[in-house]
Amino acid sequence: MNTRKKIRVLAAKPGLDGHDRGVKVVASALMDAGMEVVYTGLRQTPTQIVESAIQEDVDVIAMSILSGAHDYLFPKVMELLKEKGVEDILVLGGGIIPDEDIPALKESGIAEIFGPGTTTAQIIDYIRDNV
Amino acid sequence: MSDEKAREELLSEFKKWADGVEQKLAKRPERKEKFLNTSGIPINRVYTPLDRNDAEYLSEIGLPGEYPYTRGVQPTMYRGRYWTMRQYAGFASAEESNKRYRFLLDQGQTGLSVAFDLPTQIGYDSDDEMAIGEVGKVGVAIDSLKDIETLFHKIPLDKVSTSMTINSPAAVLLAMYIAMAEKQGVQAEKLRGTIQNDILKEYSSRGTYIFPPKPSMRIITDIFSYCAEKVPMWNTISISGYHIREAGSTAVQEVAFTLANGIAYVDAALKAGLDVDTFGPRLSFFFNSHLDFFEEIAKYRAARKLWAKIMKERFNAKSPKSMMIRFHTQTAGCTLTLQQPKNNIVRVAFQAMSAVLGGTQSLHTNSMDEALCLPSEEAVQIALRSQQLIAYETGVTDTVDPLAGSYYVEALTREIFERAEEYINKIDDMGGAVPAIEQGYIQREIQDSAYKYQLDIEKEERIVVGLNRFQVEEEKPTNLLRVDPAVREAQIKRLKELKSERDNEKVNKSLSDLKQIAQGDDNLMPCILDAVKAYASLGEICNVLREVFGEYQQVSTLGR
Repeated sequence: MNTRKKIRVLAAKPGLDGHDRGVKVVASALMDAGMEVVYTGLRQTPTQIVESAIQEDVDVIAMSILSGAHDYLFPKVMELLKEKGVEDILVLGGGIIPDEDIPALKESGIAEIFGPGTTTAQIIDYIRDNV
Repeated sequence: MSDEKAREELLSEFKKWADGVEQKLAKRPERKEKFLNTSGIPINRVYTPLDRNDAEYLSEIGLPGEYPYTRGVQPTMYRGRYWTMRQYAGFASAEESNKRYRFLLDQGQTGLSVAFDLPTQIGYDSDDEMAIGEVGKVGVAIDSLKDIETLFHKIPLDKVSTSMTINSPAAVLLAMYIAMAEKQGVQAEKLRGTIQNDILKEYSSRGTYIFPPKPSMRIITDIFSYCAEKVPMWNTISISGYHIREAGSTAVQEVAFTLANGIAYVDAALKAGLDVDTFGPRLSFFFNSHLDFFEEIAKYRAARKLWAKIMKERFNAKSPKSMMIRFHTQTAGCTLTLQQPKNNIVRVAFQAMSAVLGGTQSLHTNSMDEALCLPSEEAVQIALRSQQLIAYETGVTDTVDPLAGSYYVEALTREIFERAEEYINKIDDMGGAVPAIEQGYIQREIQDSAYKYQLDIEKEERIVVGLNRFQVEEEKPTNLLRVDPAVREAQIKRLKELKSERDNEKVNKSLSDLKQIAQGDDNLMPCILDAVKAYASLGEICNVLREVFGEYQQVSTLGR
């Protein structure tokens, strides 16, 4: 666990999906838990997300998609991170993600997927344990 | 209770009773110290005639079909005709969605409701880079009039009413619908349906905006004005609280923010020189049906009364039709659980019942599997059957507004009305809904409520059956309905073919005409219709408008 400084998180909405209730709730909870959160807003391309993550020097990228586009967008973000040589950012996904899609997403490098019913406490604990 | 003496007697009996109850509470406490509904309104232990003022019945509640329409917009309500049973549907390609529509119509559905994919909703063609991964996912992909022709193949547009969930590009999709109808030999003045066309809630809650507020409001008033003349039976807007609620608002906020948006549209149309009683009757609304049964029923009743008052007193509408809030309702997607999904059937049934008891004009019931994936045919059928059960079996439709006069429902109706009005006054002070959104006020109010709701669940102050209580070990669901990724390839191929077959000179001419009109003040609809008929694509048309109008930049409402 990193105790030297505050954990920095990029909360991101990749793609065209406008459902931001979940990502904002998670962002608020992470801030209340003492983390620094940068929220990208809607409609971010994978390139923009990777650039923001590098620029903001974050420890975690937390992405949320409810439109079904996770199968393309999540791995794309991982691919671009690898291209940039970034390997020390913990990348998490959330939203409506069918169980059967999870193995492929983890294969691409997403550390964990949080579905409907996850508590903010579970996400906070996961981040603290893994950063 | 108009009789003063009887009221005093009741009051003294009530006090005695309340004292007696208080004394017993030490020994037998209630489940909670405070009972609050989702809007934070305290719920009393019991309601009595003391909570009602029958002397004001006519002015405050009135009769069905009469001002202030608390009891319903029609005098006979469901004794005359049931609500329109309208399931929101659409996915993958136009062919596939056309099949689902014809299935639903065969099953007794009485109106269509088209779900578009996100690229369509944000004005991108399927071959746009921004569309990768999204084509056909949350709705049907539409790139041009060609796709609309396939979508409505063998569906008689003079007999079916069609609702289209489309906002920023609403003018383009409406133009495609009109052009398609023309090909079927159906004149525009016979068309019945609705475009959502509600940009303000896109900025605050739903996210499929393209242009900044000012040009967006112009497009909307252009549509009002065009339809008043050419498509008179069309509902030109569906002012939507649904998504405000899904984004996390309370019931009171849903009413307040929706009607505040309504006020902004009326203001814009009046400024554009339109007459309130010309466009007023074509405004329609769209509400959510959430978990708290009585709060929801009271919400619909309060919304009807508040809009009637706004149209009459603020805007001096003369036509009763301008004062009537006609609305569609959808059960609350955000209340569905992934856990024990069959429980969702029951949740949806209760929510549908409250919408009916609240006097909705049209209803979508969610499918049990929507917390997980696109609804299967079986799940949609059960959802539709739930409406049919309410209509044909429960008997609640045989009298108008059956819960009127309930001490509780009337008190709650009044409370929601007053609290929503207070919010609207606050928004007025900020200069109206547009500045309130630009300042992030409405977004912040909604996100604070959403956060509180989530924390209540985590603290188990709010129980969600199957989620934080009564959990079971479950097998993971398989065989989910999914959209084939090949849909995008097929869509791109069709678009390519279209662009090589159509008269490109005509397309270019129509697009440059559109640009010129967009730069001036004339109504945009006629030249959008020309462009659509020339088979210009949705993306091409929206790109011209992007070039002239620019794009909206979201305001940040989360602190760093």
